[in-house]
Amino acid sequence: MHIAIIGNGISGITAARFLRKLTDHQITVISSESDHFFSRTALMYVYMGHMRYEDVKPYEDWFWEKNRIDLKKGYVEKVDFNSKSLHFAGGEHLVYDKLILATGSTPNKFGWPGQDLDGVHGLYSLQDLEAMEKHSEGLKRAVIVGGGLIGIEMAEMFHSRNIPVTFLVREDSYWGAVLPPEESEMVRRHIVENHIDLRLETELKEIIDNGSGKCNAVITNKGEKIACGFVGLTAGVHPNIKFLKETALEIDKGILVNDHLETNIKDVYAIGDCARIQNPQPGRRPIEAIWYTGRMMGEVVAYNISGKKVKYNPGIWFNSAKFFDIEYQVYGDLQANPPENHQAIYWEHKDGRKSIRIVYDKNTSTILGFNLMGVRYRHEVCEQWVHEKANIETVLRDLSLANFDPEFYNEYEQDVLAIYEKQSGQKVRLNHKRSLTKTIQFLRKKLSV
Amino acid sequence: MRQIKLVGIAIFLFALGVFLLSSFMSQHTLTADLITDQINNNTHQKTLITNAKEILGKTYTTNVSFVAALKEVLATSKAGLAGTDSKLEDWQINNYLFALTKYSSPGPLNGRSGLAFFLSLILGSIGALIYFLPDLKLIPGIKNNGIYHSSATRGISKGIRWFMLVVTLLVVLFYAITQSMLLTIGVIAVCAIIGFSIYKSEQSHNNVAARSAAPLKTGLIGLVTGIFLISFYVLLYFHPYYITNWVKMLDPVSEALSGYPASHWFVYGFLYCVVMTVMGIRMLIKYRHNKYQLIRTVSVIFFQLAFAFIIPEILVRFEQPYMDLKNIWPLDYDFFTKDEMNKMLGQGSNFAIASWSTSVGTIMFIWGIVLVLVVVPLLTYFFGKRWYCSWVCGCGGLAETLGDPYRQLSDKSLRAWKIERYVIHGVMVFAIVMTGVVLYQSITGNDQLLFLNAYSVKGWYGFMIGAMFSGVVGTGFYPIMGNRVWCRFGCPLTAMMGLIQKYKSRFRITVNGGQCISCGNCSTYCEMGIDVRSYAQRGQDVVRASCVGCGVCSAVCPRGVLKLENSSADVAERTSQLRTIHISENEVTLLS
Repeated sequence: MHIAIIGNGISGITAARFLRKLTDHQITVISSESDHFFSRTALMYVYMGHMRYEDVKPYEDWFWEKNRIDLKKGYVEKVDFNSKSLHFAGGEHLVYDKLILATGSTPNKFGWPGQDLDGVHGLYSLQDLEAMEKHSEGLKRAVIVGGGLIGIEMAEMFHSRNIPVTFLVREDSYWGAVLPPEESEMVRRHIVENHIDLRLETELKEIIDNGSGKCNAVITNKGEKIACGFVGLTAGVHPNIKFLKETALEIDKGILVNDHLETNIKDVYAIGDCARIQNPQPGRRPIEAIWYTGRMMGEVVAYNISGKKVKYNPGIWFNSAKFFDIEYQVYGDLQANPPENHQAIYWEHKDGRKSIRIVYDKNTSTILGFNLMGVRYRHEVCEQWVHEKANIETVLRDLSLANFDPEFYNEYEQDVLAIYEKQSGQKVRLNHKRSLTKTIQFLRKKLSV
Repeated sequence: MRQIKLVGIAIFLFALGVFLLSSFMSQHTLTADLITDQINNNTHQKTLITNAKEILGKTYTTNVSFVAALKEVLATSKAGLAGTDSKLEDWQINNYLFALTKYSSPGPLNGRSGLAFFLSLILGSIGALIYFLPDLKLIPGIKNNGIYHSSATRGISKGIRWFMLVVTLLVVLFYAITQSMLLTIGVIAVCAIIGFSIYKSEQSHNNVAARSAAPLKTGLIGLVTGIFLISFYVLLYFHPYYITNWVKMLDPVSEALSGYPASHWFVYGFLYCVVMTVMGIRMLIKYRHNKYQLIRTVSVIFFQLAFAFIIPEILVRFEQPYMDLKNIWPLDYDFFTKDEMNKMLGQGSNFAIASWSTSVGTIMFIWGIVLVLVVVPLLTYFFGKRWYCSWVCGCGGLAETLGDPYRQLSDKSLRAWKIERYVIHGVMVFAIVMTGVVLYQSITGNDQLLFLNAYSVKGWYGFMIGAMFSGVVGTGFYPIMGNRVWCRFGCPLTAMMGLIQKYKSRFRITVNGGQCISCGNCSTYCEMGIDVRSYAQRGQDVVRASCVGCGVCSAVCPRGVLKLENSSADVAERTSQLRTIHISENEVTLLS
């Protein structure tokens, strides 16, 4: 059996790797972007000079042949689902038995005048990175549009080369739809202290041409004209499925898939950013364009194709990012505008670059989620607590088990407990010091129950 | 800020210039009195005075021209004395060259040693600090911006790297040929094993190249730095008479500490301390947000200054044997040689317990044995080999301070890992065999064990491993192959601790669930060339023999995925290759 995978990002590659572990089928991974899999999330570090492109490839180049995963570089223009064949831009075609669509995303453009000028780019692909590199030479200022994770990455990238950045954010706070107000404010302060010209409640109106097809300036909704040689469009992404429109494939913003990641066409699956889950878990969005869900889907689709039917269940929400020098981790149900029953314990370090937020249900006292800035918590421990709906005081007593900061770091568990005591009037004492042995004992006990 | 940094670098370069020029810009005048003073052997004395007639009283304006003239005199003398009872040995020639060159000159800057000291070492340190201190104004965090854009740190192209490696191997091979047939065969065998493993890896991968550690374009500053460091070590180990002015410059410091004038080893020790302190301050500034890095950097600097430098000098002042109490066999490879044992246990003692005194030397000897047999296994069991390699060791200390800007240049290919295992364990076996032979000599007084002569074997090890590998390559190759070349490929002590770490230790690097984004920062900045990412992206805890526990993988991780920890709980299960890549999928069972 021949399994073709369109897209060599984390979803497609995880699918290929697990298919190879589970089956003996022929596997072809197709990409027009790059010869080999690379970590998309690490592109910024190539620009910043932390790594070479070579270093962001998680596997050495010989890995693919050794594992009998065929790589094909080419752009699929058309999929013929009836004859089960892929048609490439060069006229070639390839026949498959099963097809996995893992085509990823493409940056949003909202019809701004000038959005297709030279020097106007998103940050998604290797080609976007090359464009940024090309336009950075002699660049006096870059304007970035959109207040999310990619926007701040792009700001950090230009900042690393001392290129001034103006950062336009439509909302009145940074990433305010996701981050609670205190954390959002912390990141805002951090953006400003990095000398980024942050403009909240400001939208892009149009991009001006320099007369020869290259961007020259932007005009904001406030009528201000900002001269710039580069415009970064980072106002979100949408599934990259243009070439699949007007086929029998069912599409609604993304490729519709069921719990087994099957599309409406037999032997065709869709995973990662391009897939839209028909019945997402409560509290989850139907399209989640993040690394971790893409990787999980890749694994699940491999099981399904190999004959072990498994439902896609992304489990308890987790994510992470880094805003300049502030690391961010989130576990569980954490909302920017929480419902009435959500009660938060919020501790912030006096340096203003670290915080811990623990959210629980004030009616039932069960733990709901964790939001960490500049502090590391253990995924497995947090997940276990949320999964078993642990009591908030149980969590607080064992809080040291969750910490994942390097050795000798200051401990803030007591401060968090003190805040809870003040809020609730209940006295809680820590059960342990930080300890890996205790943590593993804790996890083992839970797993065996 | 940029201006301040420029001023700093300008001052540093000026001081470096003074330092380099002072090494050979000096006046030298040889006199008969000087020869009488410096050379004890009467025949040698007389022969030299006769042969040196032409140059006696003549003033040379550079160290180099003086050494050239003196070498001729010595060569003539050697020829003249050949076949007599007091023939002139090569090691004597080196000693005479050193002493006569040193004392025929008033010293650097025409005898103004203090001024030279200030203009070179003090001013150089100040310049470097002016360059580093403005970084305090940056917001604390990982600042690796531009490392791969910088000519100083981006590395050396594959071709030049291979060239330098091959030249090094040829030097060793040439040395071996001059020494013995047996050694030559040994060196050829080592080269063959390396060559074969490279060939095999290329074959099994159908000629797809291993992951490259080379940049697209060679960093010229890096290359120059490498050549500078290599030259420094070559002079230090093999031609110390070219650096007598530095020795002279540091005589007052040495006399203040130990009461004796400086040797070229004192110069090395002193420079080592200065460089580690200045670059250590850089490290402290760079990682000031990371307490693990702060504490261990202070620790390595402390052990260098106190244990490797000041304490041994003070021991000498009190007429005790010179000893670095944290240097451990087999890194301290001559610990069991006759000379060293005599120093510790008294002349002529043949390891017979009856002859042991209760002197400081005896305590040192017992301490040395306790280190190997008790301290090393115990601490490595509890904390991993990091307790030594990145908290105590001098080689590690230099690597973590001077070498920090080059940590990303280590080769992360699977091929490099294979070569590493052959080479480091090969050196370990060599060290053990060499020690066996010299220990046999120390106990029995018999120089010959089977077909091995104790003096020769020790000499081979000293040249090939002690000088070439740990010095010339170990440090000289920082900007070429990363800062832990010696620790990774050569150190026999780290090889032994590695075996403990791998099979019986609580130390591991834990991975935080499914948070890894495969970015590669951990692998890139692993100085030991461990592909940390390959573990992290599988959620697999890392237990690797080579890990020195520097903690930088954990520091550079942008997602908080790695942590150095001590516990053996569930280690077998958690280091299994088949951990699921995400942890919440209850329905998916692990592959078996």
